[in-house]
Amino acid sequence: MIDLALLPDGGMHWLDASGPKSSIVLSTRIRLARNLQGYVFGQRARDNDRTAILTRVEEAAAAGERLRGAVTFRLDQMERPDRQLLHERHLVSKELAGLDRESRPRPGAALVVGASVGVMVNEEDHLRLHGMRSGFALEEAYAEVEAIDAELGRLLPFAFHGEFGYLTSCPTNVGTGLRASVLIHLPGLVLTREIQKVLQGLTQVGLTSRGLYGEGSDVVGNFFQLSNQTTLGKSEVELLDHLGKIVRQVVEYEEQAREVLLKTAELTVADKVWRAYGLLRYARSLSFEETMNLLSGVRLGVGLNLIPGLSVYTLNKLLIFTQPAHLAALEGRPTGDPELPTVRAAYVRRVLDTEAA
Amino acid sequence: MLCDNCKERDAVINLTQVEHDSKVTLHLCERCAQEKGVETGVTVLKSPLGGFITAMGKGAPSMLPSPADGLRCAECGGTLRDFREAGRLGCAQCYEAFATHLRDLLRRLHGSSQHVGERYVNPGEQDSDPQRLLLELREQLRKAVENENFELAAELRDRIRVLE
Repeated sequence: MIDLALLPDGGMHWLDASGPKSSIVLSTRIRLARNLQGYVFGQRARDNDRTAILTRVEEAAAAGERLRGAVTFRLDQMERPDRQLLHERHLVSKELAGLDRESRPRPGAALVVGASVGVMVNEEDHLRLHGMRSGFALEEAYAEVEAIDAELGRLLPFAFHGEFGYLTSCPTNVGTGLRASVLIHLPGLVLTREIQKVLQGLTQVGLTSRGLYGEGSDVVGNFFQLSNQTTLGKSEVELLDHLGKIVRQVVEYEEQAREVLLKTAELTVADKVWRAYGLLRYARSLSFEETMNLLSGVRLGVGLNLIPGLSVYTLNKLLIFTQPAHLAALEGRPTGDPELPTVRAAYVRRVLDTEAA
Repeated sequence: MLCDNCKERDAVINLTQVEHDSKVTLHLCERCAQEKGVETGVTVLKSPLGGFITAMGKGAPSMLPSPADGLRCAECGGTLRDFREAGRLGCAQCYEAFATHLRDLLRRLHGSSQHVGERYVNPGEQDSDPQRLLLELREQLRKAVENENFELAAELRDRIRVLE
């Protein structure tokens, strides 16, 4: 079983709801895709290439300043529940963790994780540097990842082309290799049925929206991940500025939608959010998806000051710890335990009881 | 190439099917493809770039094997056809090998094919950073051992000792 204490800061500082606009924007994430010169890209790489790449990344991490003391998790040597746990923490992709049906992590698949930045090794690209911050904090998140990128780039030869920029396995990432994304909670726009319009508008301005776990995941609990679609032809700063500008607008739309809800249907909304709270507080069995949807309602209630005395941090923690692998680890159960919904309901009751006391 | 299904007519369509994690590519003639429910007019490849890649050759005619499909990267051996099917390039050199074809695709994807972001300075072009040199020598040592070139390995080990 994975020792969570090994994750610096438990890998959870982005959950503390300390960042700007954190009642609407849960977190900001930056990812840079990099490849090493002299090795074929991930999908074609031989097993000993992958192992050599991992060794080089580990050595560079140890030689530099910023990733010294980083911990390596060899996904190819870990059991499924532990890999799932790292995925639920948003530290590794589903692909790297080999969580798709009947798949296994490929040899050399690893996560090298330091205080605030992690490096996925041997994913589609040799290195995927990523960092998360609480709330809406694009510049700060980028600065952290960029510093690690600069350091690793001095110690390892990255594949770079004068015309095409940083070379990546998939041409959708080439150039800056930068994917910046914010995890944003938009129940107001969903309830006022404005969300489709907003999402369509996003694609027109070169942004893309995804579900809670990024590419290929479904939208649950009214959480959307908004990110830049293109990576080439604009500088890192331009890409961040553009995303930032649009996200600020979306946050404003969400705030307006919430005002409209309060003005036109306060009683209905209050009833909805308190029902959500009531179910979470007293239900005896909860699926993860139901929990997410109820937490979304309660989160809206807290944001509208309809539910007092409950912190966003507590809601964020519930979001993470009610996920199957986290809950199972916390309660010492196997991940496939059929009693998990009962265990989940008991856990949620306990947390909310403590908060209400 | 003959159709994988009827083995009679010429294959004009590549059908890539993804089941679980394995990928099967069938080369089919037009009739067999239709029987398998493939719309032969506009075939969309099952990859995130499918639409764009088909659009590269302006619709249906692109599905006919073009001479450029056989274009091969000298470094990794991957062909332009491999890329069109998988949506992933084999190695960094592929960008150079397929540059003319990629420029068009990149303009469609990103609106530009010219990187304007941060420029990377190769560690080799910087002043000799002892840390980096050490890492480089260790890598050379690993390769020398792998190739059983023990004379070189011994020499490298001595240089590493001095630096350490």
